[in-house]
Amino acid sequence: MRTVRRALVAAAASTALIAAACGTSSDDSSSSSEEPGTGGFQPPDLQAKTSVGEGEGQLNILAWPGYAEDGSTDPKVDWVTPFEEETGCNVNVKVFGTSDEAVSLMKTGEYDVVSASGDASLRLIAAGDVEPVNTDLVPNYKDVWPFLKDRPWNTVNGVNYGVPHGWGANLLMWNTDVVKPAPKSWGVVFDGGSKYSGEVTAYDSPIYIADAALYLMKHQPDLGIEDPYALDDDQLAAAVDLLKQQRQNVGEYWSDYLKEIQAFKSGSSVVGTTWQVIVNLAEADAPVKAILPEEGSTGWSDTWMVSANSDHKNCAYMWMNHIISPEANAQVAEWFGEAPANRKACALTANKDHCDIYHAGDAAYASKIHWWTTPIAQCLDGRTDVQCTDYSDWTQAWTEIKG
Amino acid sequence: MHRLLGLDPGLDRDQGLTREEEAELRGRQRWLAAPEPSTMTATTTEREGADGGVLTAARRGKRSVSAFLDRNPRVRLGGLLAAPFFWLGIAYLGALAALFISAFWTTDTFTGDIVRSWTLDNFRTLLNEDVYRTITIRTIWVAALVTVADAIIAFPMAFYMAKIASPRAQKILVVAILMPLWASYLVKAYAWRIMLSEGGVIDWAFNPFGIGSPGYGLTATVLTLGYMWLPFMILPIYAGLERLPNSLMEASSDLGARPARTFRTVVLPMAFPAVVAGSIFTFSLTLGDYIAVRIVGGTNQLLGNVVYDNIGAANNLPFAAAMATVPVVIMLIYLWAVRRTGALENL
Amino acid sequence: MTLSRPTRVVLLLALIVGLAVVYIPLLVVVVNSFNVDATFAWPPDHLTTEWWSKAIDNTGARDAIWTSVKAGLLATLVALILGTLAAFALARFRFFGRDAVSLLVILPIALPGIVTGIALNNAFRTVIGIELGFVTLVIAHATFCIVVVFNNVIARLRRLGGNFEEASMDLGADTFTTFRLVTFPMLRSALLAGGLLAFALSFDEIIVTTFTAGAEIQTLPIWIFNNLFRPNQAPIVNVVGSALIVLSVIPIYLAQRLSGETSGGRL
Repeated sequence: MRTVRRALVAAAASTALIAAACGTSSDDSSSSSEEPGTGGFQPPDLQAKTSVGEGEGQLNILAWPGYAEDGSTDPKVDWVTPFEEETGCNVNVKVFGTSDEAVSLMKTGEYDVVSASGDASLRLIAAGDVEPVNTDLVPNYKDVWPFLKDRPWNTVNGVNYGVPHGWGANLLMWNTDVVKPAPKSWGVVFDGGSKYSGEVTAYDSPIYIADAALYLMKHQPDLGIEDPYALDDDQLAAAVDLLKQQRQNVGEYWSDYLKEIQAFKSGSSVVGTTWQVIVNLAEADAPVKAILPEEGSTGWSDTWMVSANSDHKNCAYMWMNHIISPEANAQVAEWFGEAPANRKACALTANKDHCDIYHAGDAAYASKIHWWTTPIAQCLDGRTDVQCTDYSDWTQAWTEIKG
Repeated sequence: MHRLLGLDPGLDRDQGLTREEEAELRGRQRWLAAPEPSTMTATTTEREGADGGVLTAARRGKRSVSAFLDRNPRVRLGGLLAAPFFWLGIAYLGALAALFISAFWTTDTFTGDIVRSWTLDNFRTLLNEDVYRTITIRTIWVAALVTVADAIIAFPMAFYMAKIASPRAQKILVVAILMPLWASYLVKAYAWRIMLSEGGVIDWAFNPFGIGSPGYGLTATVLTLGYMWLPFMILPIYAGLERLPNSLMEASSDLGARPARTFRTVVLPMAFPAVVAGSIFTFSLTLGDYIAVRIVGGTNQLLGNVVYDNIGAANNLPFAAAMATVPVVIMLIYLWAVRRTGALENL
Repeated sequence: MTLSRPTRVVLLLALIVGLAVVYIPLLVVVVNSFNVDATFAWPPDHLTTEWWSKAIDNTGARDAIWTSVKAGLLATLVALILGTLAAFALARFRFFGRDAVSLLVILPIALPGIVTGIALNNAFRTVIGIELGFVTLVIAHATFCIVVVFNNVIARLRRLGGNFEEASMDLGADTFTTFRLVTFPMLRSALLAGGLLAFALSFDEIIVTTFTAGAEIQTLPIWIFNNLFRPNQAPIVNVVGSALIVLSVIPIYLAQRLSGETSGGRL
């Protein structure tokens, strides 16, 4: 009896010890002695491919919704099947709702390419989850607009980590039957939100704090916010207060774009942040309209990156070349509602004004959008006298805001 | 020796049959079932088995293994327990242990990789930040409401089914209760989302009475979760009430108690363990649920959401693990508390 | 029991209201599968069978159902074996740690699914280092199915008692023959009932599955989750749901007939 008991205890203890020893993944990422920042960190030493060979027959894509359409949302919207037929790479698409999901899904190593926004790309690079991309192996890269190349979120120490996909801004969408008069400012979801209490919606990610910071930047200049991603403790606290106030009027937060479409269609949401693709899909069944408000907006500039652990890198390079080819880039830009990365795509869009509407080649306009970036302790606006809040502070703040 | 090992005395085995006993047994068998002539000419080196067949070497081996097992109850027990114990005890418990050990680590905020340095930071955050306490209390409240609501709805139904319905009706009713279990959880949650939306079924049904749908929120969550777990509450109560002998209730009324009194002092105490058994399901299922909340819960967060968001979006396994200890601790306390009511036998 | 007439009527009413509450959402699902409006406005303007015909052609749904069936069968098989072994151990022996083992068996289903899910996910991916896939899915499902089988078998074993086995052994049958010819036939219906319930649990499981199935594996709940809000697919989800509801009568009825207990098996 006693021996049985001892055996059980020994088994349990040894299990625990083994578990502790094997434990979780070892930390072989970049050194943490240097403050990570845009260009201020040392990514792991990974090599880009030197040549592209035969396709491996399979490709797992991790994409923003609308970026890799294969006909299942709308049979006429499909640039994946032509790719499969041309290259023989059988495609599986996984769609994610926020950059955080993208980062954590990439860690599983199960995906080969990812369309990463600026708030995900550097984290992926720093963790060694993506490897440098040899842009010489992507023929269509030369036609990408210069102002999208070699930017801080896709290039580190002169090394390219991906090819630009396209860019756009987060918009304000409202139900024209309910929200009157037509709003011109983000104020309708912040200070003026009580008018539509319970029917306001907002993006369910800590990065949304930047939207609140942007609003404060324009409406409360004495807070001294220069960059919505560089917030010290006081500025973050102000943004958090604003968002807590907003929370009282929010009916639902959304990260699944389809949930937002359904909410606007059923009328449970009437005003809030959106992407153009959502407006396009919701328009069919609900009276909605969207604008870029007068304060400006946050936005994203997305990059296709290759997983360091991928088994299908040839197919990955073929995909990257395909998606920024003029035809496919034009299709995805129109479907999603963003500016394409490839200059030549503008001639191929169904709506000839598409590139003008989205200011496709307008570097000056693009520079006014506050691209999604990961906040870090080293202030992104250059301040050295204070420490800024980093993404984990924002994540915790977000949980607090939602309550 | 057997008593020390705590074996069921009714199962003490003999030390196997002696040769004489075997011969006697064989004789009796032959008398009972006349074997074929061919076997009568079997060589004397082969022994016959009890069922009249030829005892080959393989079957002799099997016999001796069986005899060995008979003589060694501990080996029998070990053999029985080995596989389940390994699966549940070592593998599953080990996985849980590995998870909770990681609660003492942290993640590098930028890369998201886990840093294996021991720290209590996660637990400190859990205890100091108000929001987690709020979420925990909110979750416990919702779980309690769901449990109580289910118990109140389930009990009369189960009572009718167990005591009043005819056997044929019982069978049909049980099928009727179990059918929703097979309908997908997600489909049901989505159906509730539609029902609760503006202009949905609930609005359509109750507007004439002046009430509208509660919309998406905690009320909707309680309604939906209560709905989902109802069969889990009905079945154990039904099984428990079925086991309650009618004679007890009759005796009680013979002794002069009115039905209400009988119910209160005889039926309820005896059915209580079954109710508690059902509550284990409803409570535990609600504590960990994050899907229904996202579908009908509006902006609300429950414990499950925090764990899910941290392991998914925030990629912070250590913090998710730390948060996960909360429902585990709650359930362990609950299980320990109900052990004494005998509910675990009623599952 | 002699209950007064009013009490019986009240109880019957409670039963009817309860059943109504249970079935109305299911009815909504069935009606919506015929609803011409993809956003399910209520009451439906027109009815159409378009979704049903689309659903039959939908390969995604078909593959997902087949994956779920395969995973469910395998998980149930493993659970049957392990659950029966554990039930025998606990019913026929008294030993130290007996209560602990019975708690251990309940644990996977008593702990919230998300805890089991992330624990197994962590164990598979980081501790053992294998990739998630079909095997990990089956292992995870089997873990919480064990308790269902266990409960049914142990209830039956307790009811049977050890006499039959003893008698068989007295008549000279060895342990294996006894199990084959005496015990197993008596357990068969309990195993079937437990197996059916375990299969039902595994078939509808979403939380643990999310964490333990690989990226390419789509069980039915995962497929439903991915398509729930998609405008073109949501009606098909309703069709699948309705089909499940209707078809589920068969296994439940079977479980009832075979278990001999009117409760159709213990949870």
